[in-house]
Amino acid sequence: MIVDKIKKQEVKNVKNKKPNIDIPVGKWIKCDNCKEILYKEAVRDNLSICPNCGHYFRMHIGKRLNLIIDDGTYKRFDINIDTPNPLQLEDYPRKLKSLREKTGLEEAVSCGIGNINGEKVVICIMDSAFLMGSMGIVVGEKITYSIEQAVQKRLPLIIFSTSGGARMQEGIISLMQMAKTTAALTKLHEAGLLYISVLTDPTYGGVTASFASLGDIILAEPKAMIGFAGQRVIEQTIGESLPEGFQTAEFLLEHGFIDKIVERKDLKETIYKLIKFHKGGLTYSE
Amino acid sequence: MNRKVTAWEKVEIARNPKRKTALDYIENIFDDFIELHGDRNFKDDKAMVCGLARIGEQNFTIIAEQKGRTTKENIERNFGMPNPESYRKAIRFMKQAEKFGRPVITFIDTKGAYPGIGAEERGQGEAIAKSMFEMAKLRVPIIAIVIGEGSSGGALAIGVANKVFMLENAIYSILSPEGYSSILWKDANRFKEAAEKMKLTAKDLYDLKVIDKVIKEPNGDSEESFSKIVCSLKKEIKKVINEMSTLTTKEIVQERYKKFRNMGEFINLQEE
Ligand SMILES: [Zn+2]
Repeated sequence: MIVDKIKKQEVKNVKNKKPNIDIPVGKWIKCDNCKEILYKEAVRDNLSICPNCGHYFRMHIGKRLNLIIDDGTYKRFDINIDTPNPLQLEDYPRKLKSLREKTGLEEAVSCGIGNINGEKVVICIMDSAFLMGSMGIVVGEKITYSIEQAVQKRLPLIIFSTSGGARMQEGIISLMQMAKTTAALTKLHEAGLLYISVLTDPTYGGVTASFASLGDIILAEPKAMIGFAGQRVIEQTIGESLPEGFQTAEFLLEHGFIDKIVERKDLKETIYKLIKFHKGGLTYSE
Repeated sequence: MNRKVTAWEKVEIARNPKRKTALDYIENIFDDFIELHGDRNFKDDKAMVCGLARIGEQNFTIIAEQKGRTTKENIERNFGMPNPESYRKAIRFMKQAEKFGRPVITFIDTKGAYPGIGAEERGQGEAIAKSMFEMAKLRVPIIAIVIGEGSSGGALAIGVANKVFMLENAIYSILSPEGYSSILWKDANRFKEAAEKMKLTAKDLYDLKVIDKVIKEPNGDSEESFSKIVCSLKKEIKKVINEMSTLTTKEIVQERYKKFRNMGEFINLQEE
């Protein structure tokens, strides 16, 4: 029985070419890095990190919340919206419905207010299990709403990004969400409020080219893949293969585009510390 | 011959190497133009042309994605595909426009921001994000004109404007129809169907409220029809600048903010 399950999963992994996603298929999961077959509980209890080689699995929103937000303090924003399917694609609503059933998520982001060691923050967490965390109308609106809430309530904003970029199924309207979220961030900026952007694997396209790159502080998880253009597109364009380590968090740090790489176990403390550093700024008279 | 032009045919028109480029419009719309160079940081990326222009007594800052008009020029200009330095040059000129109270006119015409190793090393995503960020808060009027291909974030990067005009046969989309069909349908050959589905024509985008005005293109690519387009662009630019002249800087920013804040109507499930 167990062998059957493992085999099935291997086939599935190869076919979908979607590494790292720990969708519950049986009790076992294969590490994409060391290829070890792991007991799911063991991975889950280890912050979704491979106990064998230290490889980071992608995290579900729920687990990320447990990791970052104080127990029992998270209150999801009461914003219940759906896409009007602007391109009128026939199979898109069906796809959303089945994803909702499969992942238990409403959309690719969850937004709300919660505490980090007692510090109140507005927090948005994306999830790559939902259509690659792509940004359409709902994601764009929820992030924008969250930014506005941070301004209104004068709270720091924390966004955990993971996304393939703007959502193809909603066409140009998805592209416009880049401008919408970015414009909202100008209000946060002018209000003098802190925005910490945390980049997790993978963060690409229209999300990299909008709110994810605009944090006052930008953190990333080790080895997370981060970029604007996808690797296949770049390879096809330049006609050569890409250098080792290209578009990793370490690559971005080296080129000056992120402030710090932080291990998963240290993220909460680091964010807390950064929030404290941004409190009690002196106001000098004009 | 008054058959409706299909979306794919518009894609072909928009991409036609003989189609007029940003500099053709700039040189004809404005009474005077001087190009100025460089991002003051890394280089002068020639995929973006920036400078100062004038109609009558009114000065403007120009930011324009520029395809080459010859093969040689296309190589120089990287086929109109900007590297991060282009957007950083654009930002420099936006801020200068704000300092000196000049309205900004941008011309959009690109297959997209360049996907290359250097572009990623120098933060293509950050450059695009920052360009939109600066535009969103700029305290002078901005008009964006989509003249050819407006593809993906590389186009939107200079598209956060108070008013967005679009030529009748230009296209504006999340990415190319070829890319769209291969990503969404795993079939690169369905690009014609993708072009129809994507709502990338000026009329579609006007209906979606992504753009504010469609600029008619008379039939044919004669010099006469080109001068008609130039004429209507000049008229529309003057009209918008005139209308906006009574606004405060706060109102200018607010008008632009509202336009992009409302992008993407959604269904509110709470009200049901
Ligand atoms: Zn492992």
